[in-house]
Amino acid sequence: MNVVALVKYVPSPQGTPQLGPDNLLVRSGVEGALDPGDEYALEAALQIAEASGGEVLAVSMGPDDALAGVQRALAMGAHKGVLITDEGLRGADTLVTARVLAAAISRAPFDLIIGGVESTDGYTGTLPATVAELLGLPSATFARKVEVSGADLRTERQTETGYDVVTCPIPAVVTVTSGANEPRYPTLKGIMSAKTKPVERLSASDLGLSAEATTASQGIVAVAEAPAKAGGEVINASDDAASRIADMLAEAKVI
Amino acid sequence: MIWVYADVSEAGASPAALELLTKARELGGDVAAVALGPGANAASAELGLHGASTVYVSDDAVFSDSVGQPAAHVLAALVAEHSPELVLFSTSYDSRDVAGRLQAKTGSTLMSNASDVLALDRARTEILGGTKIVDVELRGPSPHIVLVRPKSFVAEPSGGTATVVQVAAEVPDELRAARRVERHAESASGPKLEDAKVVVSGGRGLQDPSNFSMLDELAAAIGDAAVGASRAAVDAGWVPYSYQIGQTGKTVKPEIYLAVGISGATQHIVGMKGAKRIIAINKDADAPIFGLADLGVIGDLFEVIPALTAEVRARRGL
Ligand SMILES: Cc1cc2nc3c(=O)[nH]c(=O)nc-3n(C[C@H](O)[C@H](O)[C@H](O)COP(=O)(O)OP(=O)(O)OC[C@H]3O[C@@H](n4cnc5c(N)ncnc54)[C@H](O)[C@@H]3O)c2cc1C
Ligand SMILES: Nc1ncnc2c1ncn2[C@@H]1O[C@H](COP(=O)(O)O)[C@@H](O)[C@H]1O
Repeated sequence: MNVVALVKYVPSPQGTPQLGPDNLLVRSGVEGALDPGDEYALEAALQIAEASGGEVLAVSMGPDDALAGVQRALAMGAHKGVLITDEGLRGADTLVTARVLAAAISRAPFDLIIGGVESTDGYTGTLPATVAELLGLPSATFARKVEVSGADLRTERQTETGYDVVTCPIPAVVTVTSGANEPRYPTLKGIMSAKTKPVERLSASDLGLSAEATTASQGIVAVAEAPAKAGGEVINASDDAASRIADMLAEAKVI
Repeated sequence: MIWVYADVSEAGASPAALELLTKARELGGDVAAVALGPGANAASAELGLHGASTVYVSDDAVFSDSVGQPAAHVLAALVAEHSPELVLFSTSYDSRDVAGRLQAKTGSTLMSNASDVLALDRARTEILGGTKIVDVELRGPSPHIVLVRPKSFVAEPSGGTATVVQVAAEVPDELRAARRVERHAESASGPKLEDAKVVVSGGRGLQDPSNFSMLDELAAAIGDAAVGASRAAVDAGWVPYSYQIGQTGKTVKPEIYLAVGISGATQHIVGMKGAKRIIAINKDADAPIFGLADLGVIGDLFEVIPALTAEVRARRGL
């Protein structure tokens, strides 16, 4: 089974992301990482491909720096990568991103597409569903567990109150939550071999997408600092903490 | 014209749908709701009461038995027929699937995680870990699609009644492929997390799943209290996902939020910062949670929590 993993390169979650003068997130020249959420997607893709003797293709849209994210995916075990980079795609909205990813994916046959539930920097949480619709595929999203048997998928879809079992024929789009698996660390061998694995670099026009289809239809028009909430009193546990907390509960009339 | 895509179930309309209708009404113009799936007809009165002048409904089980595609298909047909300028969704999982697919069908722009809707073409959200509030202008083909975090608005009835329009569930078989074949609800005792006056939340600092029973005991002593958790505790498998508070979990706005062994990551904070009072217990004096706590206790939760439970019991005469 050949599996496509959607992997995004994001400003390092440990860093302090910044807005540029153009009101876009600064993505180039800052420390970045493969989105931690997408490592679960990649791990799920690797497990499914390994069990069935297929390959994993890591697909990413992002600036030149995003090559590091694709390489991380290759180091973890993906077989090949595609990175779409285009100045015209800066500030892309989810529709543009979905069009680009769908066009890149549909260039070769595949059995399954796996993405994260939401990206760490954008957290729209809808992109894989849009890709699925553009490709005319069913989707089993928010899966905390994914199993494949033959041409059928069985997932556990997280819900507000528990989970649902969702079944779906392939090809399909799946998104996996952070509880789904334990992403592997790249081995030294993996890191070395990643350098020799093929990464295709494409622009939007290579995908046959017009300037119109890749123009974002939204933008930030005003930015304000969030009011900083001032912390209150901080005490030590030894300062009769239990009774101070109980006082606050009583003040709020909850006890 | 503003539409609200309302999540419905046999239990009625989701609270978020009523919040969105209240907001849509405030923005002015005609407001309609779309409710698809079992419970839709029954929910239509409540949707009307909160501001929908028309509710498009179907009780057909296909909308809950198959994920995403049937609802997106029927919604897109309604949108094509009536041309709303803005469609509001909540950020629930089911709504995200429908909204994402609708965007592909209509070619319109989509914005998620909004905290406010300012106009037909403008919505507000917090970015960069909640440090910046930005207004986003939406352009391009109608309808603009905006997903709003639950509890962003307070639902208020308008006293209206809606015209109920039955919609045919004409869904081709190939759009029924992703099927919900089993449903498992974890039963919880006590008040719901979203409704409780007090939320006692545990994080990685609890160290072990069995220690959550300490929080259960404290919540039981308080009474109108529910237990929540950080994602670290959920990912570790200590408590089910339904406990998770934050960006990827629930939003709560209780009278008191008690964060126990939680560091205060921005993704956690977005789910609880609306609490009236925040109390934090953490052994690390530099934990970011202290930056927003009304009362911070530096210390070992394993000492403070049992003492607090005893104190609450004593005060309540339990
Ligand atoms: C896209 C995305 C979405 C996310 N969504 C969410 C979300 O919805 N909700 C969420 O919570 N997180 C979310 N996260 C994760 C978030 O970034 C943090 O990793 C998580 O909130 C940390 O949980 P924690 O505070 O329990 O753990 P930690 O950060 O490890 O903190 C544990 C705390 O416990 C304290 N402690 C340890 N022992 C004791 C003791 N004996 N007594 C007192 N204190 C003690 C420590 O000092 C520490 O501060 C998300 C992350 C991403 C990237
Ligand atoms: N630029 C991108 N390149 C590759 N995958 C992406 C990109 N943006 C989003 N995704 C995928 O879509 C998921 C959801 O993203 P989002 O809708 O932005 O929250 C992510 O976890 C990724 O798997």
